[in-house]
Amino acid sequence: MSNFRSWLEKFIFWAIRISGYSAILFVIAIFLYLLREGLPAFSEVPLSNLLSERWYPNEDLFGLLPLLGGSLVVIIGATVIAVPIGICTAVYIAEVAPPWAREILKPIVEVLAGIPSVVLGFFGIVILAPYLRRALDLPTGLTALAGSLLLAATSLPTIVSVSEDALYSVPKSFRDASIALGVTEWQTIWHMTLPAARTGVLTACMLGIGRTVGETMAVLMVTGNAPVIPRGISSLFAPVRTMTATIAAEMGEVATGSAHYHVLFLIGITLFLITLAINLIAASVVFRKRQRAERILS
Amino acid sequence: MPKEIEKSAHSSSSVSRNRIQRAGFLLLLGIALFTVIPIFLIIGVVVIRGFQTLTPEFIFGFPYNGMKSGGIWPAIVGTIYLVLGTALFSVPIGVAAAIYLSEYAPVNRVTQIIRIAIITLAGIPSVVYGLFGLGLFVITLKFGTSIIAGALTLAIMNLPVIISTSEEALRTVPHSFRVTSISLGATKWQTIHRIVLPQAQSGILTGVILGLERAAGETAPILFTVAAFYLPQLPRSPFDQTMALPYHLYVISTQVPGMPEGIQYGTALVLLILVLGMNLFATVIRSRARARRQW
Amino acid sequence: MVKVVNKILIQNFSLNYSDGTESLHEITLQIPANAIMVFFGPAGGGKSSLLRAINRLNDLADVISISGEILLADENGNYLNIYDKKVDVIELRRRVGMVFARPIVLPLTIRGNLTYPLELKGEKNKDILMTSVERSLRQAALWDEVKDRLDTSATALSGGQQQRLCLARSLMLEPEVILLDEPTSGLDPISTSKVEATLQDLKQRYTIVLVPQSIQQAARMADYAAFFLQGELIEFAPENALFINPKDGRTKDYVEGRFG
Repeated sequence: MSNFRSWLEKFIFWAIRISGYSAILFVIAIFLYLLREGLPAFSEVPLSNLLSERWYPNEDLFGLLPLLGGSLVVIIGATVIAVPIGICTAVYIAEVAPPWAREILKPIVEVLAGIPSVVLGFFGIVILAPYLRRALDLPTGLTALAGSLLLAATSLPTIVSVSEDALYSVPKSFRDASIALGVTEWQTIWHMTLPAARTGVLTACMLGIGRTVGETMAVLMVTGNAPVIPRGISSLFAPVRTMTATIAAEMGEVATGSAHYHVLFLIGITLFLITLAINLIAASVVFRKRQRAERILS
Repeated sequence: MPKEIEKSAHSSSSVSRNRIQRAGFLLLLGIALFTVIPIFLIIGVVVIRGFQTLTPEFIFGFPYNGMKSGGIWPAIVGTIYLVLGTALFSVPIGVAAAIYLSEYAPVNRVTQIIRIAIITLAGIPSVVYGLFGLGLFVITLKFGTSIIAGALTLAIMNLPVIISTSEEALRTVPHSFRVTSISLGATKWQTIHRIVLPQAQSGILTGVILGLERAAGETAPILFTVAAFYLPQLPRSPFDQTMALPYHLYVISTQVPGMPEGIQYGTALVLLILVLGMNLFATVIRSRARARRQW
Repeated sequence: MVKVVNKILIQNFSLNYSDGTESLHEITLQIPANAIMVFFGPAGGGKSSLLRAINRLNDLADVISISGEILLADENGNYLNIYDKKVDVIELRRRVGMVFARPIVLPLTIRGNLTYPLELKGEKNKDILMTSVERSLRQAALWDEVKDRLDTSATALSGGQQQRLCLARSLMLEPEVILLDEPTSGLDPISTSKVEATLQDLKQRYTIVLVPQSIQQAARMADYAAFFLQGELIEFAPENALFINPKDGRTKDYVEGRFG
């Protein structure tokens, strides 16, 4: 009995342990796979081609700059829209709203996180793009701006909920002390609470932006998919094409093992590395904070 | 809300300060509404324009006439198969990994690396998962574009959600229960199996449903791994291709010219009902479990 | 049957936690059978650590080093070194029960809490389980209060009842030794005296090691008392000797309330 018990215990422990380690395994597998399929691009396509300004795979033109630029425009647009709105919404929910309003607002923002990006993209095509075309008098509404607006919507739930947590974690005594000194609540929020929560809020913004980098379907559907290098603010009102959309649109039709196929994987590697960097920086902030908390507790 | 302050306002400068504060709070309220209103707008538009399409023929029928007529049954069934397949692969590994992290893992470098790996997995763009799934499952392992290739891809993408929510659920179970159980002669696994897991199960279930909700709505990972543009019959084995709701919505709103709007909105509505329904289900489980909790 | 005089022998026992808190230095002590042994002293002195060392509950904590021996006698007078690698820890914990400061009832019914340790052992017979439930509830002076609601949630009981339930639960296994870590710290005076009376009864059959909640309780309960300070055993004496006529100045200061 005791023998069987310890044998079973060991078996379960190893099964659980291997599952625990699986995350490492999958990350390595994904990265190696991307490398294996993506690196041959460097031998098949000359660097000057990859760094050129034309993306036109039918004629073996694999300039990545327009795609990078397209992603950049859409992401910057989304950031400019989502970060201030997200932080203000979080401040309202955490600091200003009465409890009943908080109980309503929080789940609604969570619903936004649950809407599939393909539904956002659909909404973008049927409502948002035609509206932008009419309102701004553009030749087409399928523009970087439409993409930015939808990306802002996908990143808002992350920014709001993570910022909110950061604001909550500022001790109430800070606020009371500030109010007791005769400072208004309004000033307390901007001069005390928000600065005290700044690392958390910054993490929230980074995680939100991380989501916009990887977003695929919504941008694929509404940005018009024209691979041109963006120049200046006017490109916000013109069609662009992002890295994610390029993979999604072209991978299905490409011949396995062709130069085009390898370059698409190369774009995948780029995306992997960008999101990895963003998430690691955000995570290191979280880890550092946790260690500090543990030191105080022990 | 700042009524108490209002009462104590005597000097003129404090009156103007109060005015600034009130204007500021109103502005914040406006911005918060700006976040919320589009959500209602999106859902409202889809519901109002889509619900007339939701007839039994639409839900249970097959598409015909170049998908411009008929229903979306194969896409609904395909998505259900994909969700079940994803659950089959990701739930056991994800929950076991969460048990490892919360109950067994020592505080050391390796554990830190596991956590970083989970964060990394959570951040990888969905379309990159699609690339990986295409390369590993479809091409190298020769599953072809199939339900199993898509479900495995979605399962890996899903792991971080299931691991982190399950771990959180496990960690809320008080440590004292574990010590007590051990002191009564329980082994570690008996303690987990008989005390910790039953107490954490609704939290774990909530996390699992939220993860599967995301899998149900994802398009990019299934683009090259399972999704069929149009299939005249339902899939018969895990190695068959299948249609899927999100991909179907993508196809009929971008690839098919002259698509009737009703079918587009109807498809979007069915997808929304499925996904938000799962979300609601998870919320209900969570709040009921909280109300029932004894500690 | 051999009459066992000393149930537990602690010899040169030292223990260190990784964070440096509440370590133990070279403790040597005999714990007599069928009596109440009281460990007392200021917080952080090592009482609880030594208590947890006796059923190896400190295996769960972050212990970096252990030396010396703790020997547990069986009914034939054979001693087992509980830190021996070959010892079945699970079996040990069934012989040495533990009750904690806060009453920790498991999120089960009253009956579920009681049968839990026996079920873990593999006992499935309903009659045997029920007999044990009644016996241990009677021993813990709780039977009359809960006999009609065994299948209701244990968390609905009052604090005093919960603590006696925890005591009853550790009696389910009929352990040889019961370790109690401030078992009355959260209880009102009436519940406290009930628990104390129960312990006085129980010592006929069991060896009891108690970390009391106060010096007064220590004096009331002790058949033997040991005074701990900063991880060291300062003094050890039978009955009330330590409280009436301590030999060591530090014990005297503590008992008279000069510190702690």
